[in-house]
Amino acid sequence: MGSTTDGSNGSEGVGRRDLIKRSAALGLISVPTMGFLSACASSGGGGEEKAEAGEKTAKNPLGVNDATQMEFVLFDGGFGKEYGQDAVKLYEKSFPKAKVKFSATQKIQSTLQPRFNQGTPPDLIDNSGAEQMDMGVLVGKKQLADLTPLLDAPSYDDPDKKVRDTLRPGIVEMGQFDGDPVWIMYYAYTVYGVWYSQKALDSLDEQYPETWDQMLAVCEKAKKKGMAGWTYAGKYPYYLPFSLYPMIAKVGGREVLDAIDNLEPNAWKHPAVKASFEAYYELFKKGYVLKGTPGLDHIQSQTAWAQGKALFLPNGSWVENESANVIPKDFGLAVNAPTGLDSSDKMPFGTIWASGAEPFVVPAKAKNPSGGMEQLRIMLSEASSRNFTSKVKSLSAYNGGTTGITLTPGLESGQAALEKAGDNVVNPRIQDWYVKLQKEQIGVSGLGEMMAGRMTPAEAIKKIQGFADAAAKDTSIKHYKHQ
Amino acid sequence: MQHGKYRFIVGFLAVPLGLYALFVVWPFIQSIYYSFTDWTGLSPEFKMVGFDNYSRMLDDDIFWKSLQHSLLFALLLPVVTIGLALFFAFMINVGGRRRKGGPVVSGVRGSSFYKIVYFFPQVLSIAIVALLFQFAYNPDSGAINSLLRGIGLDSVQPLWLGDPNLALWCVMAVLVWSTVGFFVVLFSAGMASIPADLYEAALLDGANRITTFFRITLPLLWDTVQSGWVYMGILALGAESFAVVGIMTTGPGGPDYSTTVMVLYVYQKAFRDGQAAYATTIGVALLVVTLAFAAIVMRLGRRERLEY
Repeated sequence: MGSTTDGSNGSEGVGRRDLIKRSAALGLISVPTMGFLSACASSGGGGEEKAEAGEKTAKNPLGVNDATQMEFVLFDGGFGKEYGQDAVKLYEKSFPKAKVKFSATQKIQSTLQPRFNQGTPPDLIDNSGAEQMDMGVLVGKKQLADLTPLLDAPSYDDPDKKVRDTLRPGIVEMGQFDGDPVWIMYYAYTVYGVWYSQKALDSLDEQYPETWDQMLAVCEKAKKKGMAGWTYAGKYPYYLPFSLYPMIAKVGGREVLDAIDNLEPNAWKHPAVKASFEAYYELFKKGYVLKGTPGLDHIQSQTAWAQGKALFLPNGSWVENESANVIPKDFGLAVNAPTGLDSSDKMPFGTIWASGAEPFVVPAKAKNPSGGMEQLRIMLSEASSRNFTSKVKSLSAYNGGTTGITLTPGLESGQAALEKAGDNVVNPRIQDWYVKLQKEQIGVSGLGEMMAGRMTPAEAIKKIQGFADAAAKDTSIKHYKHQ
Repeated sequence: MQHGKYRFIVGFLAVPLGLYALFVVWPFIQSIYYSFTDWTGLSPEFKMVGFDNYSRMLDDDIFWKSLQHSLLFALLLPVVTIGLALFFAFMINVGGRRRKGGPVVSGVRGSSFYKIVYFFPQVLSIAIVALLFQFAYNPDSGAINSLLRGIGLDSVQPLWLGDPNLALWCVMAVLVWSTVGFFVVLFSAGMASIPADLYEAALLDGANRITTFFRITLPLLWDTVQSGWVYMGILALGAESFAVVGIMTTGPGGPDYSTTVMVLYVYQKAFRDGQAAYATTIGVALLVVTLAFAAIVMRLGRRERLEY
């Protein structure tokens, strides 16, 4: 310090008294800063002004203002971004003067959360992927626009038919949280179930089992040939419900799942739940689950399954795309509805879980919400839907759009499973209503522990019921009920 | 003159202190403020809720579990990592056999090669390290279990990350592996600055390697070890543990909450459950733990500084 001054006469730098004075000053500054702070998170007052509505015509039923910019943020995941770009081109064709700002990202939350906080969100968001923003909170905090105008608008292909009537079963209900407003438009349609290789099943000289006794017999036969019956994403055991929940519905009826979704007391103590848990536990007890499964993640388990180390895998229809590079050409990928217990089950064989995926939302504070909805209307046309299905190997929410294109084996089998199911499609909501409960508590701490053999079915049910009861009592989360 | 001096000092300090205040102090103040609200993190609206978040935290089993794991990380990881790193650095720099005509103090044969090898993990991003080990720990076809099978231990096939009793140790092993190299290099640099005549004197007095290490190397390296200790503790409480637990473990944080740590819990609360205010509350607890850790280490490690 001495070098900084030439003629300092023994000064000792900052004196003690100065220090006290200064810290007092600092205290004075920090009081107004707290006021500034509270303004910081809530600085979103300015984003309220909406674009002027355009004229509503037959070609423009939502009244999109031709001259306004529309911003569309797509999740750039397993489905890529091409289908979004194609849809944007159609939008630009309809509204040549409008500027469309399109972007695709995997970091939905990191890019968009600040914009929600500022009150300047884009007009259409595909809120998907690992960085999905919690839908319950977005709805609860009134951050989303009601999509009813879109659903009641005439569909893109047929002006006499509303958009609502062109969708697959369950899509509209899934977009509702409580009451009539529809907050989310799920664009993709996923079939959950038991995935297997038809070739492997043929080589065992077996049919897909419809009762649990048959299932155990098939697994026993496979075991003799050195093949495990089942494997699953052991590190993410919340893949097990993809076949377990519809099995519970098949055994005990839809209302068992509804009670579980509604977090009703003792919902998990229903005999159908117990019977299904015990059936799955038997797979472990008899050694039909691939050794080491609890340490495998989804990719590793899918790879082991594709290599023929295990016969059955609970999964969703994305597995065909996700594991495309490890599934052999002659694999004969197929999906089927979960095996039930026996003929006394409440619902017929074929009961399957299918539901929307890839949730699209229009923020309440968007500048051009009708533009966002119009973009969705375009995407829900038959041509766009067919384009989506052929490009990403997934069904879309549009009921149809599969004629005239060659379906991949998994897609075709999924389509067949849906046809077989007819009305017996179940749609457990617990995984989008209570993410933590479903994944971390029921999945990892309940089912995961049971299937690793560290807990009996009775213990697992008791533990899960405890989690559900705690969630029902937790005031920090929003609760939903089936209508 | 006084004026000129102050202006000079202020001129130098204003910018760095300003940056520090803006990017370090300010976010801390903000977090503490938010911990008294019910902010979701997904909308601009929130209200003050007093100490609700804190009382909730004290009743939260998962919070206590994550705190327990974080403390274990902060205590155990520095001991193991720094212990290993000191041993390696000593062997590389001092521990070698005396060769004819060579210098008095030298490392073991091939020490310059080892020095580079130890540093390898440091050039890999922690995310890649975690992914690599995830493959190694794969119970079905991973390197470790394959090796065990290869040497005839077919019956010993642990689930590694899938076993609640092993998962936390698996994660710690990865952290040690990936950070030990950095400390080897750090301590090597420190040891290089210790004058060789001290060693010569010790050798003349007939000291063996162990005595040399404890009587000469360690005391003269104490400052470096101490800062390394704090640094490693902060890594273990913060970013590194978040990355490995988040990427490698079941869930993540499992199986059955056996690996969850405070940073992961903060992340899950803020970005999965939409409870940013509660997350900042846990963040404040993490801040307290980190500060306490640094203070304790500084306090316990206080020694007379040696000049050489």
